[in-house]
Amino acid sequence: MRELSLHIMDIIENSISAKATLICLEIIEDKNSDILKIIIKDNGCGIDEKDIEKVKDPFVTSRKTRKVGLGIPLFEAACLRCEGRLDIKSAKDKGTEIEAVMKYSHIDRAPLGRIEDTIMSVLLYPQVDILYKHIVNEKEFNFDSREIKKVIGEDLTLPDILQWIKQYIKEGIDEIGGGVY
Amino acid sequence: MKTIKELEEIRKKTLDVVNQRKDRTTTRIVVGMATCGIAAGARPVLLAIMDEVSKLGLSDVIVAQTGCIGLCRLEPIVEVIRPGEEKVTYIKMTPDKARRIVKEHVVEGKVVDEYVMHVVDGKVLNDYSVQND
Repeated sequence: MRELSLHIMDIIENSISAKATLICLEIIEDKNSDILKIIIKDNGCGIDEKDIEKVKDPFVTSRKTRKVGLGIPLFEAACLRCEGRLDIKSAKDKGTEIEAVMKYSHIDRAPLGRIEDTIMSVLLYPQVDILYKHIVNEKEFNFDSREIKKVIGEDLTLPDILQWIKQYIKEGIDEIGGGVY
Repeated sequence: MKTIKELEEIRKKTLDVVNQRKDRTTTRIVVGMATCGIAAGARPVLLAIMDEVSKLGLSDVIVAQTGCIGLCRLEPIVEVIRPGEEKVTYIKMTPDKARRIVKEHVVEGKVVDEYVMHVVDGKVLNDYSVQND
């Protein structure tokens, strides 16, 4: 994938398939210690303990349409080639947490890309809420789709509203100087 | 800077649309968004569709996502389901092709034949679109 935001989207699609209704996305750009960290947490159905080591294997998938699942292995490969790692923690019926760590300045690290596009596409699922926190050094931007739903009602899937959310997030990320690279 | 006040104004404006959507039968545009789709460029396609729907002010259209359809080599895939009509599957989409589909198929009801998946004797003939790319 060309952008990390596409990996994030792919992982969130897994969460949604696992019937998650709340997704917490946290991006930490710590330039002082040269670390980029992405944490994706959901309240979906979780992964069985016996399967948790297997999900990094590309030939393991819960899907029925074909026999390979590349989402997690691809993301892990992206981390490993930047001196990083990918950890998965999961509790059955409670949810899953994925933590990806990369060396911020590594030459092979893909840019974060358009996080706002990823969030917008997630919000097309009416049943899903997203809590997004982006930290760049000491600056922070927060977005909570539940707050928006308080103002506008439950249906966020209208194009005008999604456009507003996209702009809002874009401005927020720009303000803290996030995702530049 | 975007403000919550703006959001409230959008809400007032869209209130009627929401009600309309509940009453009417809607057209669904579904984009395949599994790993294969995302890697092949499904996100720009999805955004182009949403942008076009919003630009043309189409209120009776729902844009949705689905997982892997099982035809990864033909991604990005877009399905258009108009009420009372058979589902049409478009393959190897790009943002520009997707915009054309919204304009011609969703609005005018004319299927864009050259992007449709062709199945003959149970085999997918996807070479069709390669020649035209």
